[in-house]
Amino acid sequence: MSASAPAAALRKTPLYALHRALRAKMVDFGGWEMPVEYSGLIAEHMAVRTSAGLFDVSHMGEIQLRGPEALDAVQHFCMNDASKLAEGQAQYSALLTEQGTFLDDILVHKLSPNDYLLVVNAGTCAKDFAWMRQQSQRFHCHVSDYSAYYSQLAIQGPQALAILQTLTPVDLAAIKNYWFTWGTVCGVANVLIARTGYTGEDGFEIYVPADEAISQRIWSEVREAGNAFGLLPCGLGARNTLRLEAAMPLYGHEIDEHTNVFEAGLERFCKLDKPEFLGKQALIAARDAGGPRRKLVGLEMMERGIGRDGYRVLDATGQPIGLVTSGSPAPFLQKNIALAYVPVEQSAVGTHLAVEVRQQPVAAQVVPLPFYRRKK
Amino acid sequence: MAYPNHYRYTREHEWIAIDGTTGTIGITDYAQNSLGDIVFADLPKVGATVTAGQSFGSVESVKAVSDLYAPVSGTVTAANEELNSSPEKINSAPHESWMIRVQLSNPAELNGLLTAAQYEAFIAEETAH
Repeated sequence: MSASAPAAALRKTPLYALHRALRAKMVDFGGWEMPVEYSGLIAEHMAVRTSAGLFDVSHMGEIQLRGPEALDAVQHFCMNDASKLAEGQAQYSALLTEQGTFLDDILVHKLSPNDYLLVVNAGTCAKDFAWMRQQSQRFHCHVSDYSAYYSQLAIQGPQALAILQTLTPVDLAAIKNYWFTWGTVCGVANVLIARTGYTGEDGFEIYVPADEAISQRIWSEVREAGNAFGLLPCGLGARNTLRLEAAMPLYGHEIDEHTNVFEAGLERFCKLDKPEFLGKQALIAARDAGGPRRKLVGLEMMERGIGRDGYRVLDATGQPIGLVTSGSPAPFLQKNIALAYVPVEQSAVGTHLAVEVRQQPVAAQVVPLPFYRRKK
Repeated sequence: MAYPNHYRYTREHEWIAIDGTTGTIGITDYAQNSLGDIVFADLPKVGATVTAGQSFGSVESVKAVSDLYAPVSGTVTAANEELNSSPEKINSAPHESWMIRVQLSNPAELNGLLTAAQYEAFIAEETAH
């Protein structure tokens, strides 16, 4: 077998020393040296589905838009309708090109009427920031990159609330899904506590000051509080399989500058009735021209074999018709699953297809998304 | 985990144990640790021929698929069926969880393989990078 070592000159989060002490396996992700697994990917995945997991996601970018026209700027950049947000509410959204394809997918938090916090992907943060700066010239608003100001920790899983509640006086049960508040966590004031996540479970993402001492203390206190609940530190490996079971897109895989909103099936987060936003005209034209020609679908492998990122999808006659964007064994579902782009005519649930695995076609079937939905 | 002294090793992280002209082949502790949780081993059928330095199958973890490289040339006399139902044994006991047995066609190829001490020095260097 062959193995590869991570490249040099990567950025490190304030929790890097703790990951090393835990003997985590580290990988290059979006220019950051990040933990991919600690005790083992399957155990970490299962901890999040059955108890809780703690993730260092400090590599994520945070960009703030502030000023009298901050909302106008957000509305111009983002496909979802931020005017619908109340203070303390967040929404999934995306930055689009003029062609209606994806520059990035993001979370928009309304901090106050003139103040929005956009959480963006690590690998795209610099590009997003430069682009927003340039696009915001005509708005009375500041665009500031606060990524270095925050460490972000995700506490995810059915026990996340119970664990985090031992560390904060804030009534966490009162925070609704995709809402947030500010409060004291582990004695640190003004922590942004959001009921959001990227695992398909209940949970919280907290934004804490990025200095090492505070970040490391909060991480350690969450771990200690979680011990009795079976919380495990979790790496990006489990984060990926968890989001894949939940069929949440990953930038650079399901969505990028070559895929549009309709193809990705994300139109419910795209408000074409908004007066104006970048990409709107192209999307309306695409819709009026008959909609997308290809669609993102869920595949379940029906035979032995794992369809992986970049593998070809074949139709019943063996013709290549598309590509897998993400594919993996699904540890909780105990199936081999994949997301893939296929022509609309072959995208119906139940369609029999195949994935070419090492030159061999392996039977697969289109299944409903998400693969996994948690019980409420 | 110690690397057994009576095994020989490849730079692609397979081990081989020799008994007369039969070789038993698996992957090393370093290999299983790099791969993470193993979910599937795709092994050749009995009677297949394998060639030194060439792929004879693959092993898949949750994260990735990796080729398996034959330390020697020969004919497959057995494949470890237990790994079909319990691939995780490769993680828990890599040096006991053999994959295939091979009737060697050119035993001289063994001279090109690493001893345990040489292999340990080799992976120490890989880890340092």
